[in-house]
Order: sequence, then structure tokens, then C-alpha cells
Amino acid sequence: MILSLLLSLPVALLTVSGAAVFAHRHPGRSRGIYSATLVLSTVALCVVLIHWLGGHTPATLTLPIGLPWLGAHFRLDALAAFFLVVVNLGGAVASLFALGYGQHEPAPERVLPFFPAFLAGMNLVLLADDAFIFLFAWEFMSLSSWALVLAHHREVANVRAGYLYLVMACFGTLALLLSFGLLAGPQGGYDFATMRAAQLTPGLAALTLVLALLGAGSKAGLVPLHVWLPLAHPAAPSHVSALMSGVMTKVAVYGFIRIVFDLLGEPMAWWWGGLVLSLGGVSAVLGVLYALMQHDLKRLLAYHTVENIGIIFIGLGLALAFQANQMYASAALALTAALFHVLNHSLFKSLLFLGTGAVLTATGERDMERLGGLIHPMPWTALAFLIGAAAISALPPLNGFVSEWLTFQAILLTPELPQWMLKFLAPAVGALLALSAALAAACFVKAFGITFLGRPRSPAAAQARETDRYSLAALFILAALCLLAGILPGLVVDGLAPIVGLLNGGAHLTAQHGQPWLTLAPVAEVKSSYNGLLVLLFMALSGSLAVLLIHRLASDVARRGPAWDCGFPESSPMTQYTAGSFAQPIRRVFGSVVFQAREQVTMPPPGDARAARLEVQLQDPVWDLGYAPITAAVIAVSTRFNVLQYLTIRRYLSLVFGALVLLLLGMVLWR
Amino acid sequence: MALITDYLVQGGQMLLILLLAPLLTGWVRAIKARLLRRRGPSLLQPYRDLLKLLRKDVVLAESASWLFRVAPYLIFAAIWVAAALVPTFASGLLFNWTADLIAIVALLGTARFFLALAGLDVGTSFGGIGASREMMIASLAEPAMLMMVFTLSLLAGTTQLSTVAHFMLTAEVGLRVSLALALLALMMVAIAENARIPVDNPATHLELTMVHEAMVLEYSGRHLALIELAAALKLLLYLSLLGCIFAPWGMATAGAGLMAYLFGVAAYLAKLALGGFLLALFETSVAKMRVFRVDQFLGAALMLGLLGALLLFVSRSL
Repeated sequence: MILSLLLSLPVALLTVSGAAVFAHRHPGRSRGIYSATLVLSTVALCVVLIHWLGGHTPATLTLPIGLPWLGAHFRLDALAAFFLVVVNLGGAVASLFALGYGQHEPAPERVLPFFPAFLAGMNLVLLADDAFIFLFAWEFMSLSSWALVLAHHREVANVRAGYLYLVMACFGTLALLLSFGLLAGPQGGYDFATMRAAQLTPGLAALTLVLALLGAGSKAGLVPLHVWLPLAHPAAPSHVSALMSGVMTKVAVYGFIRIVFDLLGEPMAWWWGGLVLSLGGVSAVLGVLYALMQHDLKRLLAYHTVENIGIIFIGLGLALAFQANQMYASAALALTAALFHVLNHSLFKSLLFLGTGAVLTATGERDMERLGGLIHPMPWTALAFLIGAAAISALPPLNGFVSEWLTFQAILLTPELPQWMLKFLAPAVGALLALSAALAAACFVKAFGITFLGRPRSPAAAQARETDRYSLAALFILAALCLLAGILPGLVVDGLAPIVGLLNGGAHLTAQHGQPWLTLAPVAEVKSSYNGLLVLLFMALSGSLAVLLIHRLASDVARRGPAWDCGFPESSPMTQYTAGSFAQPIRRVFGSVVFQAREQVTMPPPGDARAARLEVQLQDPVWDLGYAPITAAVIAVSTRFNVLQYLTIRRYLSLVFGALVLLLLGMVLWR
Repeated sequence: MALITDYLVQGGQMLLILLLAPLLTGWVRAIKARLLRRRGPSLLQPYRDLLKLLRKDVVLAESASWLFRVAPYLIFAAIWVAAALVPTFASGLLFNWTADLIAIVALLGTARFFLALAGLDVGTSFGGIGASREMMIASLAEPAMLMMVFTLSLLAGTTQLSTVAHFMLTAEVGLRVSLALALLALMMVAIAENARIPVDNPATHLELTMVHEAMVLEYSGRHLALIELAAALKLLLYLSLLGCIFAPWGMATAGAGLMAYLFGVAAYLAKLALGGFLLALFETSVAKMRVFRVDQFLGAALMLGLLGALLLFVSRSL
């Protein structure tokens, strides 16, 4: 019943897509399409939430479509339900935002048909219960989002982004296909129930893990498979960027969890956890360092997705390491942290991308060096963006802090692990996590401060206007959810308990709702506890006390005057700190090692009136070491074989003959 | 009845730190002046400064936004709450479990986040230089601090400060390498976070060396008073933290009675006086370093913290 209801949703979304294709001349089509996706996503969200509150019994359904001998299997369990909530919440909010934002789209016929299809694809991946439907939906999701990336295909950078995305998506699906093949075994049991029951040898299981990591990791943006993500996510229209970064990467995380935690069963070796953990740690730090070097606001956010995916995988890696040693209570904490961060990241990353969309509509710019001072014309957008920035920087009392706090608590349980390698790895990953949290704060001071604060650096920024009501509503819904998840973390942890139990042999964290004052105490109160609600309350109390006392007893006059700036205020806004100059100290400290950053100052000789120049060169270690050699090799080989295009018919025939002879010879020798 | 006493003690601690913070700043300044063979201002000068600032009008820059006016209150509130959560004269107070050490570090991060934003708000070059350098310093100091937290919690089995203090007071901790490393890391972080010499100079107004002062350059009147008070509270917080973790002697336990509390307060005051004296002594005996030496200083703190944690991962007895 519930499943057929949920399955009718992708069908309805595809119908909307079809309608968008045929209604491409209708003036009100954009409003209509986004209203439809808004309603459908909200309905799906409500259905899943009601199902969740009503006891979340798993539901299954088999339809006679798909592969003839297999049929199509669908299933809704706690894990799928959680991710359905994430996807449809993101979908609903992005649609609401697009009700206003979509009016400014220069080429709506390139966005409207694909947007509902993209949502349908993501929903279908989560409901799939056999490999065929899963991969079909996965590829559908990839291709529809690829079409959205190419919505503005006249820009050269977008074409390159689309090409790279397509190559990486194909690679990822191939890896997933192979991992499902290993899971299905020689008998070809392609439905998930058979895979779950099958037992793999340790070698094959490890191979499946690596393939799943490659497949899901390339979609999620795990270093070193992230190269396409910061190019492709910003290329799409902002509400689609929000979906791709905030939601589609979560579908990829779902794919990894489904294969590794559910289908593979118990991890068979401790190094599984170690591998995932170290990839997560490297992604977290490299992602934020890349982000700090950017001055394109959307690309900065996309690199932050890499960082946050790293944090999620740190949690998952810890869970695998604990499970491999039968420490299910600790694994429950690590899994809860990872899933909590999945929810959090979908909230604040969508918020930040939508906020960037609002800036983009108001100014037409996403280069921070040409923005500034937007807090004056756009106070509400600025407030919402500020909440998102504080949340992603893991600042209490917002939600980002809670999941990072839980991850830290899980790391603190690692000395109990018996393996030496893990014992050494865990504190190092803890240091990386701490470093990435601190750098993220620096990065968002830069992103918010340069974009919204200071004085406008271009006429476009000076003439900005506040965004429309729909967009503001979408922004504030997300901001409110960020705050709520931050001050009532116990409710979220309790909501995650069934999923953690499902993936963790029944063990989950103790119920938090019985704690006094809604405190979060994952292990025990004497060990560690955090109460976001009280922190907020105390801050509000002491802040208002200060306001009250000062305005009652002391001066409350405020005069306006020119800025002081040590006595030498400079009137030109170009003398302000820019994104590049803000990041310069960090570039000098970290970038000289990681990116081989070089700065060159060219000063004209005295008396020469030319401007001085500062040139900064950065090198991308992942691209230079990993991708550049592969690209070079492919190009070298194809150049070699290029001559094959220009042969005479005589030569082609002899080649065919030679190939035939060789094949026959091979057959003979094989026999 | 017991609950009311608990509330009173908790409220008393919040008030105590608020009142003590300017005195501590005055004390450090006085000692520094004496060491430099100056007479120096009286111990009460910071209070007088604050009162004077409170009575003055605020002059806002023309390009200042609402964030600039809200930030001082937010910064003050975050630091006051963080400081109130560190056990000072007694452990196990009513609200100690609200946030553990990690959350206290993060609360200080919240305050810093808004201070750096306020520095960027007016759109002057000095605000930017301060904000950018502050975030660079924080990006190394915060992980170093968290590594110190790791070391502690591995040893005491908890990140709850009250429990840590209790553990240090009662268990046979003894002299440990890892604790020594953690102590060193925490002291280095405390110097950097409080903008003291050699990382920053709290008394400087020489343009290119400012970090903290550059961020608050545009503030005046009551806003500046709040920020100065918050800075004093932060110094008090770090000294309390050092005292609570590494020298918890004399600290009263929850519900120990009036005499124990009074003794706790006396011990706490003695610890602060000693800490302030040592800080002043250290500050007068070193020179300020270049901004781009700070990363080596704090990188060393981070490595010390990590080393301390690693030693404990290897063996619980180190």
C-alpha cells in the first residue's frame, strides 16, 4: 500500500517532466512545474514521515517489469525511509525556492523537463530492491542531472564540466555494476534479498567493498574521485546545485551504506574500516583546503561538499572498524554520527546553495571579488546565509556541531580497538577532523564576510535588491531546521535508532528522550554530554541581560560617522580585503605544502606608474598525480591509432582478414 | 532547598568570573609594569576603563550593518557561557553537564567567528587583516586544543570537565609524559588565543602587527566595553581551565558546604594570581614573533597535542 503510493510518485514526476516537454511555449509553465514538484515532494515527505511514526514496518513489492526472469523488486525499510526524507525534503525546498528563482532562468526549456525527472530518479534509487532497478535508477539520476549541468551549455567551462561528469558517472556506475555482479555470484541472484543471504569469500567481499567505494565514492565526491564535483555542481542552476550537492551526494552515501553495511553483512577484516576512515580524513582536509583557495562562491560550496562527505565517511569507517571487532555499542555511536551528518549536510548545504542562488539573481555575480556589502540591500538572505555558514562551520548551538561532536566522541572510543594500525590511524584522523572544522570556520568567515559584509566592490553588488518571498521562505525553512536539529539533537538521534539497529545487528544508542533537559548523552552523562537547548538558552539569557543592563544603565546613543581605520580611511572599496587576500595567510601556511603555492610580486621600477602585480600559482596535486597521467596516456594511444581512420579499403579488408585469422588461431590454441 | 543552593552556587560562579575578569587583566598589566620597572596603573584600572566606555556614545562607521551592532552581544554571551561552564572553585555544579570540553572549545569558536565577521563588516583594510590573521591562527590553535582534549579524555575516560577535575584530584595520575605534552600544548594555545606576546600584542597599536586589535578597531563605546570584557573573560577562562585540569587542588565538590566553597574560592584566587604572574613573566621575557612564524609555534602545539594523544593510544601508562 505505502510502497505503491511512494512508487506512484516517480511516475507522477515523470508525467510532470513530459508535460514540461510539451508545454514549452506556455508562459506560466515554470510556476506550474515547480508547484507540481513541490506538492509531490511534500506529499512523499509526509507519507514517509507518517510511515516512520507509525512503526516503520518494512514493506516490499514486486512488479512484473524490468528483467523478464527477475521482475522489479521494491522495498521500503528504515534506511530507505530516512534517505527518502532527506531527498524529498531537499526536493520540496528546492522547488519552493525555484518558484521564485526559476522566473529568472534564461533557458527554462533546458531545466524544466529534467528537474522532475532528476527527483524521480533519486526516489527510485532509494526504493529499489534489486540490482537492475537500482542501477537503472542510478544511471537515470546521473543522466538527468548531467542534462541539468549542461543547462547553460554555451559556456565553455560548463561543457568541460559536463564531459568530465559524464566520464566519472560512467566509471562509477561501472564499478557499482561489477560490485553487484560479485554480490550476485555465479547464480545471478540479482535481488537484494538473495544477495543479503549469500556468503562471499573474504577476498571477493573485499573486492566488492573496494568497488562500492569507487562507485559510490565517485558520485559522492570522495578524494581522489572528486575532480568532477566542483566543476559540475556549480554549473547547474542554483536550485539544482543545491539538490546535487545537498541531496544527490546523500543518495551516493546511501548506495555505499546499502552495499557495504546491508548486503555485504559483517565486515570481514579490520582494514576495511581503516581504508574508509583514511579516505574520509583526507577528503575532509583536502576539501576544505581547496575551498579556501576559491573565490567563486558556488565552487567554494561544492568543495565543501567534498569536506562534508569526508566527515560522513569518517563516521562510516569508524563504524566498520568497530563492527569488525564486534564492538557494536561503539559502532552504533559512529553510525549515528555519520547519519546525523548526512541529514545536517543536506540541510545546510541546500541552504547555502539556495542563498548563493539568491545572490546570483540579485547581482548576476558569483565571483566574490566583485561582491560585497550585500547585507544592506538583502538583510534577510544575509541572515539565512549566516545561519547556514555558522552551521556548516560546526558552531554551537547549530546542527553541524552536534554531528561533529558525535564523530569526535566515536573517535574517543577507538583506543579499545585491538589493531595497532587503527590505534594510530584514529587520533591522526581526529586531528584531521579538528583541522577541517577549524579551516571550515575560516572559509565561511571568508565566504560570508567578503560576499555580504564590507562595501560593494562592483556596481552590480551596489544595486542588488532583496530576493522574492518564495526564495526567502525556502531559505528560512532550512535555517529553522538547522537550528532545530541543533537544539533538539536527542530527537534526531532517537529517530535514527531503528536504522542504526538495522545496520548494526540490532545495537543502537540508548533512547535520548528520557534525558533531563533534553540533553544528548550518547554513552553516559559522566563521560560526555551536550545540551544545545541550554547553550542557546544561556546565550540568549546572558546576551539579553547585557542588552538590558547596558541600555538601562549606560549610554544607548549611536552616531554614524566615517570609518576610523587608524586615521587613514580609504574611500575606494577596492582597498578592502578580498577573498584572495583573506585566504593568503592560510595559503602560505598550508598551500605551500599541499598545492605548491607560489606567489610572485612584480613591482615596477621606481618612477614607473604601472601597477604592481601579484601572481599566485596553485597546483592541484590530485589532478597532476592521478588524472593528468591517465589523460596523457589515453591521448597518446588514441593519437597512435588515429591513422586507422585514413586507410584505403584494401587495407581495411586485409585488416579484417588478419583479425579473423588471429581469432581462429586463438580458438585453436585455446582448445 | 538543595536545588536552590545549587542554582545559587551556579549563579554565584557566573557572577564571580564576570567580576574577577577585569581584575585579572589589571593584575597581569600591573605585574608586567613592575617587571618593566614602571609603576603602572592601579589594579582597578580595567573597571574604570569599562565604566568610561559604557558611558560614551557609540560611533558607528557609515558602512556598518546590523551584524556589527549585534556581534558584541553575541561574542560576550558566547564567551561568558563558555567561561561559566569551566569549573572554577567547585566541580559538579548544576549545569556543568550542559557542555563538555569539546563544546566549550566550539563555543569559543562561535565567538571568534562573529568577531572576525565584525572585523570584515565595515570594509576597511585593517579589519580584514585582523580577521584573516585571526582565522589563520585559529585554524591551528583549535585543532591543537582538541588534541589536548583527546589526551585528557583518553586518560580520564571522559570529556566532561567536572569529571576530569574530579579524576585528576582523586585518581593516582602521577607524572605522565602525555600530560606534560598536553599542558605545554594548552599553554601555547592559551597564549595564542588570548592574543598575548609572542603571538600578538594586547597593547599594540602599531598597524601591521595587530591581530585582535585590528579586528576591533572600529568599535567604540559600549560595544568596545563588551568586547574588552569578553577578552578579559577569555583570559580568565583559559587560566581557570589550566587550573581545573592541571592543578585541581582545593576545588570543592558539589554540595560540600559553605566552608569548602570558601576554601575553593581562596584556592581559585591563588591559582589565578599565580597564573597571571607567570603569564606576565613569560610575556616580558620574550619578543613578539613575525606573523608567519606563528604557524610554526602553533604547529608545534598541534604536534605536541597529537604526540600526547598517540602516546596514550600506545600505552595507558605513559
